[in-house]
Amino acid sequence: MVGSKRNSVYSMLVLLPSLILLLIFVYGFIGNSFYVSLTDWGTGAALRENPVKNLIGFENYRRLFTGAIHERFRQDLINAIFYSLFLVTGTLGLGLFLAIMLDKGPKGENILRTVFLFPMALSFVVTGTIWRWIFSPKGGVNLIPTWFGMERGDFLWLSSREKVALFNWQSVPQIIALILFVIFAFMLYGGWKNGRRTQTIWGAVLSGLMLFYAAVLHYLLPPILPHAEFHGFSLATVGIIIAAVWQYSGYTMALYLAGLRGLPVAMYESAKMDGAGDITYYLKIAIPNMWPITLSAIVIISHISLKLFALIFSMAGADNAGTGHPSVLMYLITFRANNFAVGAAISVILFLMAALFIIPYLIQSYRARR
Amino acid sequence: MKKGLTLMITLLLLLPMVSVWAGGQQEGAAAAEETETAEVPEVKLDYGKPSGDLELFSWWAGDEAPALNALIDLYNDNYPQVEVINATVTGGSGVNAKAVLKTRMLGGDPPDSFQVHAGQELIGTWVAAERMLDLTPLFESEGWMDVIPEDLINLIGTENGIWSVPVNIHRSNVMWYIPENLDKWGVEVPQSWDEFLEIADDLEAEGVVPLSLATNWTVNHLWESVALGVLGADKYDGLWNGELSWTSEEAVEVWATLDEVLEYTNDDFSSLSWQQATDLVVGGDAAFNIMGDWAAGYMSTTLNLEPGSDYSWAASPGTEGAFMFLADSFGFPKGVKNPAAALAWLKTCGSLEGQDTFNPLKGSISSRTDSDLSKYNDYSQSAAKDFADNRIVGSLAHGVTANEGFMNDFATVMEMFLNNRNPEQAANAAQAIAIQNGIVSR
Amino acid sequence: MSQNTLRRVSPIVYIMVLVMMVIFLVPIYMALITALKNPAEIKLATAWHLPSYPYWQSFVEAYNMLLPSLRNSLVLTISGTVLSALVGSINGFVFSKNRFRGSEIVFTLFLFGMFIPYQIILIPLFQLLRAIGIYGSLYGLILAHVVYGIPITTLIFRNFYDQIPDSLVESARLDGAGFFGLYGRLFLPLSVPGFVVVGIWQFTQIWNEFLWGVTLTKQSSQPVTVGLAQLAGGQAVNWNLPMAGSFLAGFPVLLIYIFFGRYFIRGLLAGSVKE
Repeated sequence: MVGSKRNSVYSMLVLLPSLILLLIFVYGFIGNSFYVSLTDWGTGAALRENPVKNLIGFENYRRLFTGAIHERFRQDLINAIFYSLFLVTGTLGLGLFLAIMLDKGPKGENILRTVFLFPMALSFVVTGTIWRWIFSPKGGVNLIPTWFGMERGDFLWLSSREKVALFNWQSVPQIIALILFVIFAFMLYGGWKNGRRTQTIWGAVLSGLMLFYAAVLHYLLPPILPHAEFHGFSLATVGIIIAAVWQYSGYTMALYLAGLRGLPVAMYESAKMDGAGDITYYLKIAIPNMWPITLSAIVIISHISLKLFALIFSMAGADNAGTGHPSVLMYLITFRANNFAVGAAISVILFLMAALFIIPYLIQSYRARR
Repeated sequence: MKKGLTLMITLLLLLPMVSVWAGGQQEGAAAAEETETAEVPEVKLDYGKPSGDLELFSWWAGDEAPALNALIDLYNDNYPQVEVINATVTGGSGVNAKAVLKTRMLGGDPPDSFQVHAGQELIGTWVAAERMLDLTPLFESEGWMDVIPEDLINLIGTENGIWSVPVNIHRSNVMWYIPENLDKWGVEVPQSWDEFLEIADDLEAEGVVPLSLATNWTVNHLWESVALGVLGADKYDGLWNGELSWTSEEAVEVWATLDEVLEYTNDDFSSLSWQQATDLVVGGDAAFNIMGDWAAGYMSTTLNLEPGSDYSWAASPGTEGAFMFLADSFGFPKGVKNPAAALAWLKTCGSLEGQDTFNPLKGSISSRTDSDLSKYNDYSQSAAKDFADNRIVGSLAHGVTANEGFMNDFATVMEMFLNNRNPEQAANAAQAIAIQNGIVSR
Repeated sequence: MSQNTLRRVSPIVYIMVLVMMVIFLVPIYMALITALKNPAEIKLATAWHLPSYPYWQSFVEAYNMLLPSLRNSLVLTISGTVLSALVGSINGFVFSKNRFRGSEIVFTLFLFGMFIPYQIILIPLFQLLRAIGIYGSLYGLILAHVVYGIPITTLIFRNFYDQIPDSLVESARLDGAGFFGLYGRLFLPLSVPGFVVVGIWQFTQIWNEFLWGVTLTKQSSQPVTVGLAQLAGGQAVNWNLPMAGSFLAGFPVLLIYIFFGRYFIRGLLAGSVKE
């Protein structure tokens, strides 16, 4: 094509400013934070004009995971996983339900859609302020039972200290080993069944190693913590989860509704011809056909779940450990304890958690575009 | 296509590495400069005539704003050429304000003067970082050395200088109650924690919460009152100067007592604000509340109660004769844009007129011994009297005795304690963080 | 399904959507009645009750307190939105119609910036803003929003331009249109819906942002989310003020949302990295 070379040059010139900005603001800054996390930049003289930073390797990370003082970080990490889990299942479930209801074509769909979607347009600071009032222990939702002549509820929505599904942090390596064992065992099984020799051998070796670690080595090695430390699902997070699901279900609803409307009518009709009821149609045909939407939604929602900072901050406060999240803790450790290096380490861990979802997704969508 | 992917991943991995390297280079250069430590710079007394903008940084908003505004008005009367920019950052119990202040200082853009708790919160962070000017010449020229108690000057200074001008004194170890209600329930004000525990069951039987408590930091606030009550002033000081080990029997006893006291508090405490805890006492749902004397300001001004008759107070159990103080103060950061106006502000803060304008509105007392007590209410007058006679100790929860690192970690230890209620373990953890934050040597 | 209007909708559906609608509106109800109560009337035990008379004073007070930050947010949001939309538009044009070797890789590099947790760039960001002398001003905040907005605006515009048939581009090129001529004469005029979608998306994002607002601004340049946090986070908790403030802070985005809801949904869909 004539002038296509010139086009390429223009293209690159046009992109260059954005590219440079993103290289600095995204990749450079991530690198900088990673570097800070490997130093001892913290405590008393941290705020000097030229603070002394010595490289200390992965010491900050080691302390976060196995140091006695960072118990809150470990619970926050667990909280983060539960936040993601419940936010994803909650918004997907409720969003799908709402989408199916609207797909049935009730009158006033525009109003309904507006009602379900408007929370998403609001700032977490706005919704957090309102929900904090609704979840006051002696008001709001706890008053609802009194309408039916019952006692006022006494659940502490944001400040309960109860945790369920407890496990000992000392057994985390063992748990990880068992999970890996299951994965490698599948690999072994798959290799054996399909007659792939290398895969079978690797599967056998790795699953054997993991089993050996979990069953024998774990008990011989010194524990990662000097004392048992129990973590679990903190019930104080329930209030935050409800608020977040309320805010983002409209989003998944919009995604699913677009998906349902995008399915060919013939699909519905032929299902009906085969004698399928509505429930069968949605369960067996519509939902499996919307798998790509579900996948996108999972990625987007789980990445939103890592950005709950403002919601937690305005709903429960930064100090409320029950509702803690690594992003809030990072803020406290950096700006209150002046421990910039540990704060940076937490932000790197947060980043890696996000990358865990995002990178495979980006690679997959990159491949799909090619 | 495979190639592109590999290239992309390599790029992704390489970029952080490059910037790590670049960061290291930069650090090396900085470390080289580090070796020459200059002498501590002092404040000068002749920056010229104040004019231009003065940016004041504080977290006083809401109920506390009128006091600050009155002080700013006074300043403007004396220096009408200066435009005061009142930068307030509230929320997150001061965390937001600290975050903003720190980003600004790190960015090399200090406000002309900022509010900070007098004591280690200032010294451990800003003086240790060599970001402040020594105010000794100002204290001498203004004659503050004679009117501000020596104990206090020692707590806001180090051997290298005096670092901030205290505008007020608050008392932390105060127990608030409604006299009428106590008569109704037939209980006396407890003089010790043992006495408190004795009457607590009776109060519960009446359906009353013996001690109201609020959000997280108020538990630390309670802790320091319990510690002072259990240990006494000398041993309490010992925790901070290294004479008493955090793992000693007495220190464990503090946690054990706190454990017993917590049994008699409201369950929903961590979702209440301190005002709501005060409301519980005022409303007759709780018998006592331990809170700093800003609670007097809240009850007198916001709730319109008469001090001494509608509500009353005593030193927290076992702390009679000791005055646990905290103070707000303003310092002079290095490299401010308008030193003349900042100096004039500090003079206003320390002046008799300034303090007697600010404090009656704030509900605190003056840090000067020559203040005019007739301008203060009954509570403040009694506090001023106690401040003059009592043994003075510093507050932990409000930044006097320990640096910010310790305070933040202590909040974590408290959280751990609230979860497992194990006094031994809490004492051990407290010892560990005291070592880590340089409160005690190894 | 397009033919759904022909089918009878079961009453169960109506009951369920009605119940859901009521549940979704509870927070708005609570905020409204609390904002309209006289502060003395706000008690936990009567949290659900309607105010005995509407007390509009809270709105006036909150408005006066939020006015400077509302003004800042307006300036910040509009300039941030316009700038990032312009940058996104020309980037999208390149990625959609002027692909070159490796453009897909660059695109993927761009997209990554959408998903990072912003804590990780916080400290370097303010150091950089300070170094170039715009820390604390609205400019610094605008720059941050424009830069971190590039990935999503580029993505939305790329998806939008992908719908413009290549044949149209080819014939314009044969008529002698160059790179900029093509963009300026053909694509820009066609881009109005794209700008609306991107504009609405960026407007809500920037308007609602809190973390940078609180750390990268000075008093004189703080946005409304920070102003609201001040209102709710001060020492005394008068619930009427934060609630009234919530309404004021949420009002502009709600307005946009109600009038342009259709485009908002399109932005949502485009934001999910569809191929």
